[in-house]
Amino acid sequence: MRRFWPRFVSERAGLAAAAYVLVLTIVMLALEVMPGSDPHAITSEVMLPPSAAHVLGTDELGRDVLLGILHGIRASLTVGFAAALGATLIGVLIGAVAGFYGGILDLLCMRLSELFQVVPSFILAAVIVALSGPGLPQVVAVISLLGWPQVARLMRAEVMRIKHLEYVDAVRCLGTRETSILMGEIVPNALAPVLAAGTLIVGHAILLEAGLSFFGLSSADIISWGRMLNSGQRFLFNAWWLSVFPGSAIFLTVLAFNLLGDALGSALNPRSAGKK
Amino acid sequence: MISTILEISDLTLSYATPGRKLMALQGVSLSVGEGEAVGLVGESGSGKSTVARVALGLTPAGVAHIQAGCIRIGGRDVTHLGEDAWAVLRGHPIAIVFQDPLSFLNPVMRVSRQIAESVERHTPELAVAPRVRELLERVKLSASCAASYPHELSGGMRQRVLLAIAIACRPKLLIADEPTTALDVTTQAEILALLEELRVDLNMALLLISHDLGLVASACERIYVIYAGRTIEWGPTARVFGAPAHPYSEGLLHAAQTDRDRDGRFVTIGGDPPDLTHTGVGCAFAPRCGYAMAPCTEAMPEPIALAQSRSHMVRCWRYAEGSLSEPAGGMAEQP
Amino acid sequence: MTAPLLDIRDVSKMYRRSRTELVHAVRSVSLAIAVGETIALVGESGSGKSTLGRIALGLLNPDRGSVLVEGRSLRALYGSELRRLRTTMQPIFQDASAALNPRRSARQHLLQALAVRNAATEPEAITLLESVGLRPGTDYLERFPHELSGGQRQRLTIARALAPRPRLIVADEPLSGADVSIRGQILNLLLEIKRAHRIAYLFITHDISVARAFSDRVAVMMQGEIVEAGPTERVLTRPEHAYTRRLLAASAGFRLGGSKELAAR
Repeated sequence: MRRFWPRFVSERAGLAAAAYVLVLTIVMLALEVMPGSDPHAITSEVMLPPSAAHVLGTDELGRDVLLGILHGIRASLTVGFAAALGATLIGVLIGAVAGFYGGILDLLCMRLSELFQVVPSFILAAVIVALSGPGLPQVVAVISLLGWPQVARLMRAEVMRIKHLEYVDAVRCLGTRETSILMGEIVPNALAPVLAAGTLIVGHAILLEAGLSFFGLSSADIISWGRMLNSGQRFLFNAWWLSVFPGSAIFLTVLAFNLLGDALGSALNPRSAGKK
Repeated sequence: MISTILEISDLTLSYATPGRKLMALQGVSLSVGEGEAVGLVGESGSGKSTVARVALGLTPAGVAHIQAGCIRIGGRDVTHLGEDAWAVLRGHPIAIVFQDPLSFLNPVMRVSRQIAESVERHTPELAVAPRVRELLERVKLSASCAASYPHELSGGMRQRVLLAIAIACRPKLLIADEPTTALDVTTQAEILALLEELRVDLNMALLLISHDLGLVASACERIYVIYAGRTIEWGPTARVFGAPAHPYSEGLLHAAQTDRDRDGRFVTIGGDPPDLTHTGVGCAFAPRCGYAMAPCTEAMPEPIALAQSRSHMVRCWRYAEGSLSEPAGGMAEQP
Repeated sequence: MTAPLLDIRDVSKMYRRSRTELVHAVRSVSLAIAVGETIALVGESGSGKSTLGRIALGLLNPDRGSVLVEGRSLRALYGSELRRLRTTMQPIFQDASAALNPRRSARQHLLQALAVRNAATEPEAITLLESVGLRPGTDYLERFPHELSGGQRQRLTIARALAPRPRLIVADEPLSGADVSIRGQILNLLLEIKRAHRIAYLFITHDISVARAFSDRVAVMMQGEIVEAGPTERVLTRPEHAYTRRLLAASAGFRLGGSKELAAR
């Protein structure tokens, strides 16, 4: 792992993306500690374009757009991370077991994953929200359930490739238990593509959350970029700042996670920067 | 006077990728005349596959740079030819077959169709079906094999398909890069016999590139030995393998025959194959050479003739005038 | 008559290649290896020699027949007993880069192997590295597989195979991946180990000349069966089976002119 950092740092795009995510995280944490002005505050300064007092303008209720974007980080990042984590954990477990043991277990796991893949994501999300009410945990659950099959497939394919390699047999000859082989030898080497895919899920989750908010399916007291887009779309032509800034925030954040995923993928490969 | 089909003179080629520069070839000289069977022997990192590719302009553009020397095909200088011009030259007069036929055959196309493609492209004036049948006969492939997909055939049969595609172009020179390495010993013998038959019947020259000395010895009249991107010894097979001059050739020969020394240990060349990213000015073999002397680390000697006829040449300081010296303790055996 | 170290009795193994196709990889093969003996298993691709090698290592269970190690049947053992017996036999594979975990350093590989006999210490690892010619051992401890040359990787796999002090090494084409000039180095190393530790070898190869140079007995395999077996000299100079003769003829065609004794230097 000591080779990880030099390789990661050398991927400039990934580095910029990581810095961006770090900044977002710091802002989010800072706002937890020092809330500052209330982003929900309704004022009389309605529909103001960007100016010195309100750097990104105000919306139809006089709320400051910049404050909205800064507070919206929380919704996006927490949903993104939590959902990606959930999907990755489930996917890695199921994929590793299916790939390593094969047979009936593999069959069952794959049919299960297909079941979840076949469901259209947005419809499922909307149904769950309609049934259990809006809220971040629901969105996280939906995205985890929808995202794990993709991770599981990747994991399974890697595990199936690796389990035939000679070094697995060599360790078997040392008398190692099968589960130790799976956890100790195979999974660590199979994780690289999976982790890269995991970061893509973050982007996907942020988009899905934005989409749900856009359609008004998320709770009104949580500030999210999607919700801001929802309110702003009516004023697209007279108050462009209400759509452009939240939209850019979504775009940049999703892009950052995608680039991060790329950089992570190549940095985790022990051979990528070296010879052979 | 037989005409020379391929002539490579003192070629220097590097592969440059961000952060790394690899000197794949550093002064390779090689020639193949009409109807000749010539061998190029080398191990991993020797540059022999690069020679195969450079002769057909197949080195990766933008990464491979020819820094010195030249390549002539049929007398014409093709060193810095563009892709369009190369497309005309590939197949005729020079065709090539590679080591792993499965990677070079279209997996979703029947084999006969792939041969037909070659016929259509290179000899459009001929009727396709009869010509394909003729080619199949020449490489001894049955019609049922021809109707199969590549993955349905054995390694030997796939190699015959590649040969059929290659000779469809009526090449004057066939370059075979490790054509039998992936095959069984008994199949190797068959393919080699086929190559020889084709060479004689079609008056086709053969450049056989391999790490297998035995293979090259049985098939070729003249041999080049390549090490770390340099041709270090060449001449008639009987001379190069009968009385190898360069210490590397000598070591290679003994290793290939699993010869043993008086203590019963296998003769080997100590050390590791050269690292082409860090090449010095001297002889690349010096660190592993039991005869290494002072000039060896300073420069590479020019080719020195070992016979009046200048047929057997070597690049080794031991043969420079007046510098034959005692070996410094025999073959250096270091791990 | 002491019991053989490895006794393979009438072993068969089949694979289902497709719904209709059944491949008999190994058919009723019997082979016995005595303590300290070297047997070369010679055959071409598809002969079943690699499958037999894996059955010998206990990595594959035969469909029929039994494998006895030091007189005890592998089939009759379970769990930790089976795992312990497995460590008496160690593998060396053809592709050294696939035989090493790309994420582990040489040190980690060796410590893992040494742990089998509770000797997982750095000095032991260094001794192992130096015994396979990777000197000084301390230089190689922290290297990862991709930082080693092909020959060095193969040496590391040999060091790992030696770590648990096995009584049998099953070497499946250990020289095929190596350059010709390095093969002698690896062969010398294996010979040295054989002399020093009295380890038995099951040497699987397609190269008859290596078999000739290295082994006491030779078994020739073709399409899952052993067609001929016996002392090396006898089998290679007076072969009885047609296939053995074909194999010898094909490799002899490439001989460069007979074995030569190195002249005094």
